[in-house]
Amino acid sequence: MQVNEFKPKIVAFCCNWCSYAGADLAGSNRLSYPADVKIIRVPCSCRVNPMFILRAFQRGADGVILCGCHPGDCHYTSGNYFARRRMALLFSMLDYLGIEKERTRVEWVSAAEGAKFSTVMNDFVQTVTALGENKRLEDLRCKR
Amino acid sequence: MQRIGVFVCWCGSNIAATVDVQKVAETLAKEPGVVHSMNYQYMCSQAGQELIKEAIKKHKLTGIVVCSCSPRMHEATFRKTAAAAGLNPYMVEIANIREQCSWIHKDITEATEKAIVLGRTAIAKVALNAPLVPGESPVTKRALVIGGGIAGIQTALDIADAGFEVDIVEKKPTIGGKMAQIDKTFPTLDCAACILTPKMVDVAQNEKIRIFSYSEVEEVKGFVGNFNVKIKKKARYVKEDVCTGCGLCTEKCPQKKVPNDFNLGMDTKRAIYIPFAQAVPKVATIDADYCTMLKTGKCGVCSKVCTAKAIDYTQKDEFVEEKYGAIVVATGFNPISMDKFDEYAYSQSKDVITSLEFERLMNAAGPTAGKLLRPSDGKHPHTLVFVQCVGSRCDSCAEKGKEYCSKICCMYTAKHAMLTRDKYPDTDVYVFYIDVRTPGKNFDEFYRRAVEDYGVHYIKGMVGKVSPEGDKLVVQGSDLIANKQIKIDADLVVLAAAIEPDKSARPLATMLTASMDTNDFFTEAHPKLRPVESPTAGVFLSGCCQGPRDIPETVAMAGAAAAKVIGLLAKDKLTGNPCVAHSDEMMCNGCSSCERVCPYGAITYSDKEFRGPNRTTLIRRVASVNQAICQGCGACTVACPSGAMDLKGFANKQIMAEVDAICK
Amino acid sequence: MEKDNKKVCDEIVRRSGVNPRKCMKCGKCSGTCPAYDEMEYHPHQFVYMVETGDIEPLLKSKSIYRCLTCFACVDRCPRGVEPAKLIEAVRLEAVRAQGNNHLKPDQIPELLDEDMPQQAIVSALRKYTK
Repeated sequence: MQVNEFKPKIVAFCCNWCSYAGADLAGSNRLSYPADVKIIRVPCSCRVNPMFILRAFQRGADGVILCGCHPGDCHYTSGNYFARRRMALLFSMLDYLGIEKERTRVEWVSAAEGAKFSTVMNDFVQTVTALGENKRLEDLRCKR
Repeated sequence: MQRIGVFVCWCGSNIAATVDVQKVAETLAKEPGVVHSMNYQYMCSQAGQELIKEAIKKHKLTGIVVCSCSPRMHEATFRKTAAAAGLNPYMVEIANIREQCSWIHKDITEATEKAIVLGRTAIAKVALNAPLVPGESPVTKRALVIGGGIAGIQTALDIADAGFEVDIVEKKPTIGGKMAQIDKTFPTLDCAACILTPKMVDVAQNEKIRIFSYSEVEEVKGFVGNFNVKIKKKARYVKEDVCTGCGLCTEKCPQKKVPNDFNLGMDTKRAIYIPFAQAVPKVATIDADYCTMLKTGKCGVCSKVCTAKAIDYTQKDEFVEEKYGAIVVATGFNPISMDKFDEYAYSQSKDVITSLEFERLMNAAGPTAGKLLRPSDGKHPHTLVFVQCVGSRCDSCAEKGKEYCSKICCMYTAKHAMLTRDKYPDTDVYVFYIDVRTPGKNFDEFYRRAVEDYGVHYIKGMVGKVSPEGDKLVVQGSDLIANKQIKIDADLVVLAAAIEPDKSARPLATMLTASMDTNDFFTEAHPKLRPVESPTAGVFLSGCCQGPRDIPETVAMAGAAAAKVIGLLAKDKLTGNPCVAHSDEMMCNGCSSCERVCPYGAITYSDKEFRGPNRTTLIRRVASVNQAICQGCGACTVACPSGAMDLKGFANKQIMAEVDAICK
Repeated sequence: MEKDNKKVCDEIVRRSGVNPRKCMKCGKCSGTCPAYDEMEYHPHQFVYMVETGDIEPLLKSKSIYRCLTCFACVDRCPRGVEPAKLIEAVRLEAVRAQGNNHLKPDQIPELLDEDMPQQAIVSALRKYTK
């Protein structure tokens, strides 16, 4: 094995009602995706403050993905619409700042879409790995 | 400083086969705040739970992390365990090392590393957890049903059947709604009155049900379990408890030229009236716009003839305040106005009518006593043209009609066509359709019968225009299958007007903070799984206020809404979800951003006094969250520009700590 | 050849600003059309044929000159498809395909239909009175 093989750090925010359940289903069906993806459970995609994503990039994350219920299916009726708008703005700003838009993503994964969750994560990790390490927003004070 | 305990579960071999549980427990023991770390075969088992309880007591733990399966599986279990050992149940966090680690990874080193990160993340979060106590609120064991049509009637009957008190508020003088105006019902052709009026009588006789007729909801305050509702009883100038409903006044009243809204203005009534013979409550009402006595002070005939002395010209609008635990909206529908559809000559000819008017024309209690006669000259029509989709399925930019399919028109048009051919075999009946939509039990069979057994001419195409010429109506339309433009000399044209929610629904939605879609239909809490609940807790939906539907569906929905209401009223206390939003009043700048994004209307603003420097007091507008209404989505926390709003259990700091732990 | 038709249709759609996919095939445009009997292809067929790329028969047909551009179909279409604008765009395509081969003034009487108001006049009236 190569010593310097690049392993990206990927933070996935998943809403409790659809995507987290979708991730569980991917697990129950043993549909593998890289271990680089670490999931944070939030009640709704609209709970994800852009600050969290900035923080992730600041602390050296290489990619951030936000998963929520499909539009119209939000447990809280309209949360994912808010999330979609906020992320559209945030991601274009991040792109402007030099964090390629491929490093950020919003995906709708329902509780029944375990296979989709796995496919999305595989694809996302592949994309981010191809981009390489993210350096732009990293706060050097955070490095030990 | 928190004293955290870590419990790593093997889940038999489910976790232990791909994750080195020993190593995970040892590594996590070195995390700051962790005072106890162990692993065990089955944490969720009785023995496993005992181990947790013992550890909590022995090590005086203030928070625990269980590295096991998904929190969706056993979070509740471990919370109970913690509570049994005297620890606040919300001081428990689960690291999902089964579904999201051991089951999807094969390499032990990799999976173990990930499990450690996930454990560390949960420890970082639990270190910032605070004990939470769910709020409790009492439940007023009485329901309010707004609207007295078939939806409201059925809901009220079902709730009352379970032993709870129900009030119905109906804005018209009688309950019954649209169904009372309908002649026959598809697909069985029962007479609507025959199946509706017994239910109306049941409502009147049920001790648990009170009817506020000729009344409207004026104000709604409070929240689930504890609504305070102000009801306006409009002045009907007749003492409701004294009137016997004999109807003498309605025969003697000299003012005869009042348009009869029950027959959609196709005939007249008196200024004092009972809408129809089976009205409930059977009480007369004076139409103040037409009553000579109320307008000029000279008449008083009804008062003279009334043997019960029920007439009271001095009556004023009355306001009643009541408490309810649940509110059911059953405000129903109306056909849309035909003003924007000049091409059908609705305003130019009396012989162009809507389908609801046709129902009255066919009804034995209607303006023609059940004979199908032209409204203009009272002659028997020989050629009838029905036009479907008038105002339904329109493009939003066309701004004429509604985007949705009104759902019931295909079936009632088939019914009208069939009944016409059945009663008057000398007629020619044409139906212009775009699509015939008949999903429903025995619905398509019904439509086919209209075509095959009754010889109704169905023409695929749309009517372009209707022009009155002499005593005929020239209907010009296209026959798409023949690829022809056709002209029919008709005697009567019936428009299947789209249906829209009642106009009273919008202000009501504002009062209830219940959300509506762009068409003013109430939105449901979940389109598939919670179809009769509004996203606003304690508000339920019944009938056409939620979307177009026919009678069987309405009755089914009414029963479903009643079941949900009964489920709520059966509880003595409501326990809330403690993971709700709360606002830091010192940081709140009163901008209202949170109020606007809240889908439940849980956030209110009020002026509060704060102590300023040098013994001054400041008054500031700050947000407060009603914990009984908040569902904990967290939309407000992100909208808040000052960071005053936060979500308990998923606080900004906690999620930040999780992010940090993952990116370490 | 087929690909060219697709291109021509796309151009017609772009030029007219009409989205033929919005059509729900109700036929109200043709039910409304006062020039229906004069036309070989009717308003609803224009919409359908442009959508499916079947443009050649339309370009060859006299129907494109029979449309009065009275906009009755535009006014009444429940889906806001605006067939008259589409027909105008097809007509423009036919005219442009002629290049500089414009209609000569002495040819006009031949094409003029005595019974129908002249298209240009109606069109101008519509344009300048709105």
